[in-house]
Amino acid sequence: MRDSRVETASNPPSMPAGSPASPLPRFLVHEDALARRRRLRHFEETLVVWTLRSAALISVITTVGIVVVLVQQSFGFFLQVPLWDFLTGTTWTPLFDPQSFGVLPLVAGTLLVASIAGITSLALGLGAAIYLSEYAPDRTRRILKPVIEILAGIPTVVYGYFALSFVTPLLQMVFPDLIIFNALSAGIVMGLMIMPMVSTLSEDAMVAVPRSLRDAAYALGATRFEVATKVVVPAALSGIVASFILALSRAVGETMIVAIAAGSTPRMTFNPIESVQAMTGFIAQVALGDSPQGSVAYQTIFAVGLLLFLMTLVMNIAGRWFVARYRQQYE
Amino acid sequence: MTTVERNPKQAVPSRDLGFRKWRDRVFVWLFISSVLIGIAGLLTLLATVFLDGWSWLDWQFITSYSSRKPKDAGIFAALIGSLWMLGMTAVFTIPIGIGTAVYLEEFAGRGRVTRLIQINIANLAGVPSIIYGMLGLAVFVYFLNMGRSVAAGALTMTLLVLPVVIIASQEAIKAVPKSYRDAAYALGATRWQVVKTVVLPQAVPGMMSGIILALSRAIGESAPILIISSLVFLTFVPHNPGDRFTVLPLQIFTWMSLPQADFKAIASAGIILLLIVLLSMNGVAIFIRNKYQRKRE
Repeated sequence: MRDSRVETASNPPSMPAGSPASPLPRFLVHEDALARRRRLRHFEETLVVWTLRSAALISVITTVGIVVVLVQQSFGFFLQVPLWDFLTGTTWTPLFDPQSFGVLPLVAGTLLVASIAGITSLALGLGAAIYLSEYAPDRTRRILKPVIEILAGIPTVVYGYFALSFVTPLLQMVFPDLIIFNALSAGIVMGLMIMPMVSTLSEDAMVAVPRSLRDAAYALGATRFEVATKVVVPAALSGIVASFILALSRAVGETMIVAIAAGSTPRMTFNPIESVQAMTGFIAQVALGDSPQGSVAYQTIFAVGLLLFLMTLVMNIAGRWFVARYRQQYE
Repeated sequence: MTTVERNPKQAVPSRDLGFRKWRDRVFVWLFISSVLIGIAGLLTLLATVFLDGWSWLDWQFITSYSSRKPKDAGIFAALIGSLWMLGMTAVFTIPIGIGTAVYLEEFAGRGRVTRLIQINIANLAGVPSIIYGMLGLAVFVYFLNMGRSVAAGALTMTLLVLPVVIIASQEAIKAVPKSYRDAAYALGATRWQVVKTVVLPQAVPGMMSGIILALSRAIGESAPILIISSLVFLTFVPHNPGDRFTVLPLQIFTWMSLPQADFKAIASAGIILLLIVLLSMNGVAIFIRNKYQRKRE
């Protein structure tokens, strides 16, 4: 009685071979149930693999989507404006007559703000990285590092507010003829934003420099400053360069700070106390104007976006090439 | 008496020791001041925002819609819009992100295709957020005809945070010791069974803290939503995914661009609220991570 119940539990009644009337021997019946389960498991396995694979495919589709959208939407623009005129023109007035589509003033604005940010973040970030990696006691480092990294987590709109309501008035005390919207204030604040990128990545590269190199220099009588600047920094140079390039790429692609604080005057200038317009700032300005799909303004932002995408792509690839180089050296 | 000959090719320049020690001390302070300037920048930023906005942050501000009169203005529409977007982005991001990470770590081979997908994900993480906004505008808003809706915004945000979520989830999966997997394989488990019963339960806490951090980035992101939503004066909250919406940082940006000085103070009150939301999300992520680390040890 008891045995038969166990039997039915292991051989569900739905399987005909398991019924008492079946002529098959017991061990074969069992085999069949196992095979079914194995087939079911195999089916589940295949289904899971394909589901996961299609999830992974989404990131590939995203990249393809970005390229296709940018190229296709700016295609109409480049039919009207020759690519060469777009890349070398020095007047950018797409939204009013007489229209002119030379993108260089926007590129100059972007590069000006990004350079100021780059100088600020390099001075602060590299100094911080050297201190944290070469000087700071372990406990100090464990407290300071997360505090600096908070800077990277603050929303960019907050940085824009900070530039406009604190940094610009402060700078106006130094340069009395500074106008409210200027490249300098936007650049400095952006430098503060990307400082943790420089300091964290550079410090990682410095920590990866083998101890033996430092010990050798100390044994020759070098001071800590000499060890840091003549041994550790050169040895970690590719990592430091990588951190700088990646931070710059972030600065080039940043929108809100320049939209809020740098102004909206496309201008060919490298004077930091002037008002400029960055590429991202222009895109934001047009987007706020609610321009209909297919209009000239709508097409322009995709042309500018395509250029922006290519610029950051090149910088990211270069940055990761340098990262790979220092990893190869010491890890 | 013999004079000590100085070798010009010495690794360490042999200026006199007093100068070298002095230089050493000076530069320590320069390096420290780099750190201190960074921290001072952070503190000044927080102080500026809190001094400007603290007195405006009250219950009326949180529960009112935006208004043309500074005294009546509130952030309710943006707060609810942000929560809608956060929720929907989480629903889309979590399965896709974890799925991709599991596939890359546990199923995919170590061949060229996998490496290409990996490089592609790293590249996507470096694409400026405003480009994602343009992608969303062309694909979700116009091509798929979703309009400037919460759904279009959330899908755009999903694509934006996905690389971060994938990379964080991969790290969590990598942290699961190989011996656990081997033990399960030795018992005859299939790959999916190993993932389902061994890898995922171990990796989920690490994944969750990474995902929460990624989503907190989505909360503070304004550029893509500026492109998708564009319209910035709303006196209603979204009731379904097809409705128009605004989010906290975009509302703050709108107030900042208004000429009246009072709106600047209101913007900083909005910033305080935004920072509180971010801080609590980060707190949850850190709490999960600490709890999980202690369990491991």
